[in-house]
Amino acid sequence: MVISKLVGARIKRKEDPRLITGGGTYTDDVRLPGMLYMAVLRSPHAHARIKRIDLGKALSHPGVVAALTGEEVKQVCDPIPALGPIEGMKLALRPPLAVGKVTHVGEGVVALVAESRYQARDALDLVEVEYEPLPANVDPERAMRRGAPVIHEHLKTNLAYSIKQSVGDVEGAFQRAAGTVKARLVEQRLIPLAMECRAVVAHYEPGPGTLTIWNTTQNPHVLRGFLASMLHLPENRIRVIAPDVGGGFGSKIDTYPEEALAALFSIRLGRPVKWAEERMENFQATIHGRGQLQEIEVAYDQDGGITALRVRIWADLGAYCQTFTHAIPTLTLTMLNGPYKIPNLAWELYGVYTNKTPTDAYRGAGRPEATYLLERALDLVAHRLGRDPTEVRRRNFIPKDAFPYKTAVGTVYDSGDYEGALDKVLRLANYTALRREQQERLQRGDRKLLGIGLSTFVEICGFAPNMPDNATVRVEPTGSVTVFTGTSPHGQGEETAFAQIVAEELGVPMEDITVVHGDTLTTPQGYGTLGSRTLPVGGTAVYQAAKTVKEKAVQLAAHLLKVTPDKVSYEGGRFFVEDIPDRKVSWKEVAEKAYSPPPELPADFEPGLLATVYFKPSNFTFPFGAHIAVVEVDRETGDVQVVNYFAVDDCGHRINPLLVEGQLHGGIAQGIAQDLYEEVVYDQNGQLLTNSLMNYAVPNPAMLPSYTLEASVTPTPVNPLGAKGVGELGTIGATPAVVNAVADALKPLGVDPAQVQMACTPERVWRLIQQAQRRRR
Amino acid sequence: MLCNIQVTVNGRSYASAVEPRLLLVHYLRDVLGLTGTHIGCDTSQCGACTVLLNGKAVKSCTVFAVQADGGIILTVEGLAKDGKLHPVQEGFWEEHGLQCGFCTPGMIMASYALLQRNPNPTEAEIRHALEGNLCRCTGYQNIVRAVQWASRQMAETQPTPAPRRRAGRRSR
Ligand code: FES
Ligand code: FES
Repeated sequence: MVISKLVGARIKRKEDPRLITGGGTYTDDVRLPGMLYMAVLRSPHAHARIKRIDLGKALSHPGVVAALTGEEVKQVCDPIPALGPIEGMKLALRPPLAVGKVTHVGEGVVALVAESRYQARDALDLVEVEYEPLPANVDPERAMRRGAPVIHEHLKTNLAYSIKQSVGDVEGAFQRAAGTVKARLVEQRLIPLAMECRAVVAHYEPGPGTLTIWNTTQNPHVLRGFLASMLHLPENRIRVIAPDVGGGFGSKIDTYPEEALAALFSIRLGRPVKWAEERMENFQATIHGRGQLQEIEVAYDQDGGITALRVRIWADLGAYCQTFTHAIPTLTLTMLNGPYKIPNLAWELYGVYTNKTPTDAYRGAGRPEATYLLERALDLVAHRLGRDPTEVRRRNFIPKDAFPYKTAVGTVYDSGDYEGALDKVLRLANYTALRREQQERLQRGDRKLLGIGLSTFVEICGFAPNMPDNATVRVEPTGSVTVFTGTSPHGQGEETAFAQIVAEELGVPMEDITVVHGDTLTTPQGYGTLGSRTLPVGGTAVYQAAKTVKEKAVQLAAHLLKVTPDKVSYEGGRFFVEDIPDRKVSWKEVAEKAYSPPPELPADFEPGLLATVYFKPSNFTFPFGAHIAVVEVDRETGDVQVVNYFAVDDCGHRINPLLVEGQLHGGIAQGIAQDLYEEVVYDQNGQLLTNSLMNYAVPNPAMLPSYTLEASVTPTPVNPLGAKGVGELGTIGATPAVVNAVADALKPLGVDPAQVQMACTPERVWRLIQQAQRRRR
Repeated sequence: MLCNIQVTVNGRSYASAVEPRLLLVHYLRDVLGLTGTHIGCDTSQCGACTVLLNGKAVKSCTVFAVQADGGIILTVEGLAKDGKLHPVQEGFWEEHGLQCGFCTPGMIMASYALLQRNPNPTEAEIRHALEGNLCRCTGYQNIVRAVQWASRQMAETQPTPAPRRRAGRRSR
């Protein structure tokens, strides 16, 4: 099929035929002759000294080939690097296996390999480790106080960093305020829970001295660089392949110990080594998301204009800085203004080590945290003033003619129309009718209360000006096209979206285009798929490379047609001379001639028809939107159901609306999951109580609603596609909407909206109702 | 100790000697090399491993290979016939019912089983029937649509529901 219009075609995915027939290749599907299986013994303690490790019995178990401890690994492998440490911070890097001490439940202590999966697992039970348990830090606020047990003794403190800053006249604004509100909000830890757990296959070939790694990664090039530095191997001898990857949501950005461990075994033994994470390991050994405690204070004038915002955040980093751990909470600061013109802001951020699994990027990564605190704050102000939440938002929006707009915190937004999105979603949801129904239910005294929750938001995407990405568009001699990208999609559908861009630009049928990604051998250095960057950054590179190729093809066609390039037109796979449509040459002929140039071509014509282009965006992109969640709260049981969900999202131009909507559905689902169901729980000793799918409530199909979506389109000037990225938008919008809806439903019962916390489980909601009723009696 | 088992998978018969504790899912993936069936958990919750055993959807991570002895198994690899996709597969493609595709084989097999017993399910019935299958990517809306698409398609091509009850046993 040839698409006639780049923007807006709902094209079915090119990747699906293999995935719906069982023909995908995920990392655990890779099987090599002579392969060994690795298993990792993990700490049962949150904080303990390792007194003794005895591998004797394990090593003599049938099938077991070798084992490694942290002390041994330390001799040959460096800790995992962290990207862009904050100036002056106290950095605790993760060693591949614990050395001397374990610092969280699930930290690797011993790794071993055996001839089969089952033998490797059996042998773990035979490893003897003696621990001396130490008191654990669970609460970040307490962990930074004097006297708390120090996790990394050489750092002398659990406080990794603190940032304290203010803009404008915050004190003055609070003194002059018509009113102020305060809240303490919990951004609970979450399990990213890609359905595919992590896995790695490492294959070292001693002859050529090359190491091939198949891995469930979102950014193979970064992993290659990290492994090169950790293992002291030349980068060009390592090949990282991300085959089909079963979701990531940020958790597969990180480099993890197991990649290095499998590589070490393979190098040592000269055999391929596979490790496949089990789900219960995944809960302990793959990064967690969120994990912030927020204190907010808002000053407002009598019309609901927010005059100042004070924020204090404790970020629960977990036991180590892994890849971006430390950086994620700083993204919250970048977006503290949201879509509002708040002029005076003060913020304090404490990044604190605790005896828990490290946190890192999880869908939204720092921005849902910002949106959440702001949207809760706006609703609290509206509540205090007795106004509709829409009114307070309108009063504070950055107007649509103010772009590019530099916020008080210093972030420069590209383009936006926040009030337009709000208007649209209000119509879509039929807001007035919803409010009416809410009142009617109250008057009737219905058991099920209706709650309507709003979220208007903007996020920072398209990472990033300092993370350029590339594409190679290569026309083969037969005219088919191969596209290579430095991004690494794992569910987003870029094989389709990128093919669309190329099909549009080159006029080549979709089925003649193949998109190659996720292999460091075939694709130039890129930064993978994260931060909603694949289309705005990688897609733009594809577009520009295709354009360059097209220009060359036109030049070549002009030579063949013996006219100047400006006389050449191209349509329907044919180049022809304007006014003389018979004088033509086909796309295929041009492709062929590019590689076997006929003598009539000028001597300086460089053969070949391909281009590699890097795109470096001048700024981030700032998608935005407005969501309305409608919930029913059972006043007897505290049960909350999302009965309707309306979302207007603006990610600029939509290359393939089908894919955009898919991203939004999944994103909203993950927001609702945090709102109502999911929560990582540790006890006071640092034991992970939510350690499997038995006790961590990932929503199943019956726990989620259908979503009603509508698009708003405000292109970004930052890239020629006008596309802003959409991967995280749904989650960022949904997180506050549902909680605001729950708070809205509970208000008539006398529940203070500031008391509503995620996850709004029936128990938590029921307790709030009971407390309010007790107070009223 | 190894046990001898004989199973028919996607119409082909296999005889193997397996450890009694070998999970069916590991048998399918590691012994037979049928890696379309996935593993997403260790507590029987996610449904990524769903296959049909003697016409019934089972979580193959919760069945020992020896329990399947003599059984007839259908996996995602066996759904398409002569290069033609099954309507359930087509539905997932048409309605964008998958993103990363990891839950998809299990979702497809569970949906297939649902449509065998209830050819025309409501949205609520679909959501309920797929409660044992988790997807982290799609938010489920398009999975529901995919099943509805398949249901419509199957009604057009196979107007009488009766023979479909035994379709799971029909192996090739
Ligand atoms: S792998 Fe079987 S239910 Fe999760
Ligand atoms: S498509 Fe990724 S888990 Fe369902």
